[in-house]
Amino acid sequence: MKPLDDELEIELEIERYELFADPLYNFTFNRRQFLKVFSGGIALLVPMSNLLVASAQQEQGESGRGRFDQRVPNEIGAWIHIDEAGTVSVFTGKVELGQNIRTSLAQAVAEELHVSIESVRMVMADTDLTPFDAGTFGSRSIPFMAPQLRKAAAAARETLVALAADQLKVAPAEVRIVNARFVNHDASKSLSFADVAKGRKLVKAIPADVTITAVKDWTIAGKSVPKVGARDFVTGKHEYTSDMKRPGMLFGRVVRAAAMNSTLVSADTKAAEAISGVTVVRDGDFIGLAAPDPQTLARAEKAIAVHWKAPGQTSAAQLFEQLKRESSPGRGGARPVGSIADGMAQADKKLSQAYTVAYIAHAPLEPRAAVAEWKDNKLTVWTGTQRPFGVRSELAEAFRIPEENVRVIVPDTGSGYGGKHSGECAIEAARIARASGKPVKLVWTREEEFKWAYFRPAGVIEVSSGVKNDGTVTAWEFHNFNSGASAIQSKYAFPNQNIQFHNSQSPLRQGSYRGLAATANHFAREVHMDELAQLVGMDAVAFRLKNTQDQRLKAVLEAAAQAFGWGAKRPAGRGAGIACGFEKGSYVATAAEVSVDPKTKKVKLERVVASFECGAIVNPVHLHNQVEGAVVQAIGGALFETIDFQNGEILTAKFSRYRVPRFSDVPPIEIVLLDRKDSPSAGAGETPIVGLAPAVSTAIFEATGQRLRSLPLVPNLS
Amino acid sequence: MANITSLNVNGRKLPVSVDSQTSLLTVLRDYLNLTGAKYGCGEGQCGACTVLVDGQMTRSCVTQAGKVAGKQISTIEGLEKDGQLHPLQQAFIEADALQCGYCTSGMIMSGVALLKKNPKPSRAEIVKHMDRNMCRCGTYLRIVKAIEIASGTAKEVRK
Repeated sequence: MKPLDDELEIELEIERYELFADPLYNFTFNRRQFLKVFSGGIALLVPMSNLLVASAQQEQGESGRGRFDQRVPNEIGAWIHIDEAGTVSVFTGKVELGQNIRTSLAQAVAEELHVSIESVRMVMADTDLTPFDAGTFGSRSIPFMAPQLRKAAAAARETLVALAADQLKVAPAEVRIVNARFVNHDASKSLSFADVAKGRKLVKAIPADVTITAVKDWTIAGKSVPKVGARDFVTGKHEYTSDMKRPGMLFGRVVRAAAMNSTLVSADTKAAEAISGVTVVRDGDFIGLAAPDPQTLARAEKAIAVHWKAPGQTSAAQLFEQLKRESSPGRGGARPVGSIADGMAQADKKLSQAYTVAYIAHAPLEPRAAVAEWKDNKLTVWTGTQRPFGVRSELAEAFRIPEENVRVIVPDTGSGYGGKHSGECAIEAARIARASGKPVKLVWTREEEFKWAYFRPAGVIEVSSGVKNDGTVTAWEFHNFNSGASAIQSKYAFPNQNIQFHNSQSPLRQGSYRGLAATANHFAREVHMDELAQLVGMDAVAFRLKNTQDQRLKAVLEAAAQAFGWGAKRPAGRGAGIACGFEKGSYVATAAEVSVDPKTKKVKLERVVASFECGAIVNPVHLHNQVEGAVVQAIGGALFETIDFQNGEILTAKFSRYRVPRFSDVPPIEIVLLDRKDSPSAGAGETPIVGLAPAVSTAIFEATGQRLRSLPLVPNLS
Repeated sequence: MANITSLNVNGRKLPVSVDSQTSLLTVLRDYLNLTGAKYGCGEGQCGACTVLVDGQMTRSCVTQAGKVAGKQISTIEGLEKDGQLHPLQQAFIEADALQCGYCTSGMIMSGVALLKKNPKPSRAEIVKHMDRNMCRCGTYLRIVKAIEIASGTAKEVRK
């Protein structure tokens, strides 16, 4: 099955924050800006266009054969700099949120430069220092950024070697890099990086013909390199945004309504304003506070009396009915194939079912936080966001100042999972800071993070299908209402299909979430596939294998089935399920075993096997950690996470009311990683999350005879 | 309101002037600049704020500073001795028991409290003790492994 082409997917995708797949604006790090921060030494530039070319090729499944512009590019996507002291720095707009891209990208650069990973300094996500980047999302950093940085590093090495050879008065072919020194054939002469870079002012775009290390020859990538900076994290030294302190900094708060879409009726802020050191900001419906210390801030907050008015709003009980009622006509999630009528006519059995998924919250452990500082008319904001350049735009727009007057810096952040694309907290901190004339730190409370961020979209998915008694699916009609188009297509070879995504009116603010709608679409598709297999009396694995020709999908499915011991007999009260899928260049299959207590109906996840394949593995331990983490996060959405809301108010706005997976929820998890050195490395942050929910639903069915078609599953068990 | 004038943190008496009802977490982070303990929920549910008070695992976000004045408070900042990581800190690196790292201080302090009273905990005891600490990145199995490494009960180290 041909994957959705990029253009079509962008047109369909409703997760609006990820529409920034390609830069829509031209406010990039251009040559002029580059020269401002380039002080000397040697720089290798990755043209922005390269990242886009690489992106297009990856999505078409083609290998790299691009012809690159040799001139110094006008727009720069990333650059590598060897300064006059010999320090190697990599400048990229990517953000570190725990996915360990800081480590993986450093591995790529270290490898090509023939230096140790410790000698590579990663400068990330600072809009004044790093080139434009659309954001850290969509599993894009490894497939698109890493190969380009490799090319830049390889070109840097060639350039440095040529310069070193010249200085050493030997042939370039004779020069090797050993322990961060350029040495001649018998190591009788050597130069440091500083010796070679000193006094230079050399800028080059990466040439078209630069060759990079073949996967089979990797010595730094492909290995389990520990997390860069790990020591700072285990000692508490790492400074997250929420830990920062600036000279004269005030602590900020925003006064909020209980319900969404509230308007301010009246506010009495006089008593708060009378407190020494307190700033109160009133701007439309916005009320912000700042105080020199948390105690004064708390006093000021208590002294404010506010009345809000909220309109009547949809509650959770009406959600799915509304999503269907308010939906637009389907816009074609994929080009229809064949004829559903013909496919149904060929079928021996038919099935129509509806599936739903709830709104869930990312609940990153570090809530949104920002420190904002104005100097003259220039604004600097430190904030944990996945889209530093997007937040810069939001700030420039909010304060009607040019983007070059705004600097956004993202310290390595306490996770995001797709939930930190937006700049609300940054704007609020900046608004309060402007009023108070001092730097302001604003850290959202957990309640604010639950109420005023955004959710993974809820959705209704309707599937109608036909199947022959031999297990061939003949017709596949699939309608997704609201949750999104990601992975709405599959690697199954259905001869007749009509797959549509329907936009709808969401009562809650919704946006990206790890894997986007791939979780919802896999849930509906894979549970439905299991139902079909059951209809024709076929084994779940055999049924799937019969309906796909995709060798990589087959390989992960068979690997999971084998590691799990699929087909083994299970005692009463136990059940097993399996599901597989593909998204963003990687393949996953997940098998789960559950036990269900016949009296209490308590579901216990007994064990999980996940097999995963994302091309050539860059860092096995971190990949293992990512896949395991995705499976654990998936447990919450599969079993118990759900946002309850009533008349505009989020009722589940604290961890005591919103259950997320804990130690005791996690069963033994076996991860099988398939390393395909012949395939380009794809991202791994998202896809491993999609397989668990359908596998668990099926396992519960086997254990109890109840087919659960709504996420989360547990509350629906009767 | 009564004020406190000092807290004993990591073996040092630190002067601080705050209302005794202020949360210990706020005092540590915003008045004493010890930001290793994190805010995650404010209701003692997530454990990111965990410190030790007289060796006991304590949620600093729901503990009033006045209640711990005069007691010995240990935070993540005091764990490293003479440039040597605590064995559990070292084990977290070895087991790759973190992703974003935001829960890590609280996890390590909770683990240290466990190992103090139970130097060789079983897996079930680890899970029971740690169950009130959240890791949203899902590194739970690795954290269990790290505690096993530090206690010498680990069977093999995951690579």
